Amino acid sequence: MIRFTVIRLVEITAMLVLMSFVIYALIGLMPGDPIDLMLSADPHLTTADVARLKALYGVDRPLLERYLAWARAVLSGDLGYSRLFLTPVAATLPPRLGNSLILMGSSFVIAFAASLGLGVAAARRPGSRFDGAVNLACFAGVSMPTFWLALILILVFAEELHWLPASGTGGGETGDLADRLRHLVLPVATLAVTSIGGYTRYVRAAMRDALGQDHIRTARAKGASEARVVWHHALRSAMVPVATILALSFGTLVSGALVTEEMFAYPGMGKLIFDAVMGNDYNLALAALLLASAVTMLGNLAADLAYAWLDPRVTYS
Amino acid sequence: MRVLLGLLLLIAAAALAGPLVAHLLGADPAAVDLLHRFAGPSATHPLGTDELGRDMLLRLMEGGRVSLTIGVAAALAAAAVGTAVGLTAGYLGGWTDRVLMRLTDGVIALPLLPLLIVLAALDLQKIGISRGLADSPGISLARIVMLAVLVMWTTAARLVRGATLVTRSRDFVRAAQSLGAGVPHILWRHILPNVMAPLVVATTLSVGDIILLESVLSFLGLGVQPPLASWGSMLSNAEELITSSPLLAVYPGTMIFLTVIACNLLGDALLQRFDPRAPARG
Repeated sequence: MIRFTVIRLVEITAMLVLMSFVIYALIGLMPGDPIDLMLSADPHLTTADVARLKALYGVDRPLLERYLAWARAVLSGDLGYSRLFLTPVAATLPPRLGNSLILMGSSFVIAFAASLGLGVAAARRPGSRFDGAVNLACFAGVSMPTFWLALILILVFAEELHWLPASGTGGGETGDLADRLRHLVLPVATLAVTSIGGYTRYVRAAMRDALGQDHIRTARAKGASEARVVWHHALRSAMVPVATILALSFGTLVSGALVTEEMFAYPGMGKLIFDAVMGNDYNLALAALLLASAVTMLGNLAADLAYAWLDPRVTYS
Repeated sequence: MRVLLGLLLLIAAAALAGPLVAHLLGADPAAVDLLHRFAGPSATHPLGTDELGRDMLLRLMEGGRVSLTIGVAAALAAAAVGTAVGLTAGYLGGWTDRVLMRLTDGVIALPLLPLLIVLAALDLQKIGISRGLADSPGISLARIVMLAVLVMWTTAARLVRGATLVTRSRDFVRAAQSLGAGVPHILWRHILPNVMAPLVVATTLSVGDIILLESVLSFLGLGVQPPLASWGSMLSNAEELITSSPLLAVYPGTMIFLTVIACNLLGDALLQRFDPRAPARG
């Protein structure tokens, strides 16, 4: 198990190094470069100035050389400076990551709780009208374009009813908690509605499998109450595949809400990545993309480990 | 299942018939009529007009053609790429299998949307594509199809590899090998037919996913470029006008929703039919 974990961690590190180079090269292929931006900001720059600036920023050197310089700086703890926010990259990322975790964490908890209730209830009455309705609702949830749902929520609850704010994190200078919560309602609802469907289908499938197993029949034959059979005996074995799916989706926490964050102008990692890529902020885009990838891959590793931990029959060698 | 197939065929037929209907009515989906912007439903414009006075119904049919073309083309291409990878890995085994499957797992483990944004924003001129070609509407279509294939090929690859591994050691494949059948013949005649059913299901499901992906990219401004319009780009155009004319967003959004849910339900129904014991897909 330890061997497996160590090998996977080495693989993840290798993958990140490879990705850092690929992303570095790709970002160089995006429209415009730092000097172009300075040129458009200051019309008085001469050709000689441009050449000097290119040399200063190292834009004129070959790709590999620039990449190695960047990698050396990163390894010594210097992530560079964000041109978009005029802050060090290392100081820009943590608050954004925190915002994303709050947003994704709360929608995740709500979606999971709802899907547990719905999925178990549907699995107990397979083929019933209730089961069919849940199934259809699940498909409706996964088939909905996220930003369309967000648009409709904004239209109804922010524009028409004026019940809830449509953008930002709120809180103001004082960090008013109630205001922050009000700002979370719509983005969290958007994310929850679009993810409940998928989770519920997993819970329902896993629960139906679990309820068909022999030990459930034994538990019933021994006279265990239906609630105990469902929530104690069946749910336990149903949790194995469900936990895997949850750990996998945990990996997308960082970047998964990109569209939702963009719609609600919520300053999280997804929006940060999008803004950095679109705004030619190379240092920031690179660091944010690599951070998102690292978290996703660690989430996948956690999924594998959770699987082995929950199901003793699974071993990795 | 018949209902779903019927609905999908109806949507596809409407999308394909767009130019014909426009021609018969003597109307042009791109015709701008600034005197009749934001018109409500009428006899000449059954669904009203948009912010430039263009007929909404014709625009929806045009957009559907683009969205469905992207969905079907990318789903088929992803299935083809995935099948090639899966057959190779499953049949050859050994280190080929290990390398290809590590690659597949690697792609699955990536946060794909942020990376797609980088790829979608690339300046094609910097990789040597001429300006005229880089700005042509066809290339924005091709780019989206390629991005979708990059995301979607892994499902087919894993499915086909799994089925190939199982089938490879079956007696009829051994018999074919001992009769001297070549590898392409065995793959094509003996192994592929056995993986067709799950592959068809996965491809049907992926059409819906790709239409959603296209709408997300269009919303982020990285999708189909004007003058082409897809349901996704119509929806993202309508976003700015959402308070004054919400119907402009409701129509394309509803079309995306109906098409995607029909694909998903059809895929699920096919799955149940091919394999009644199959677990529900999440």
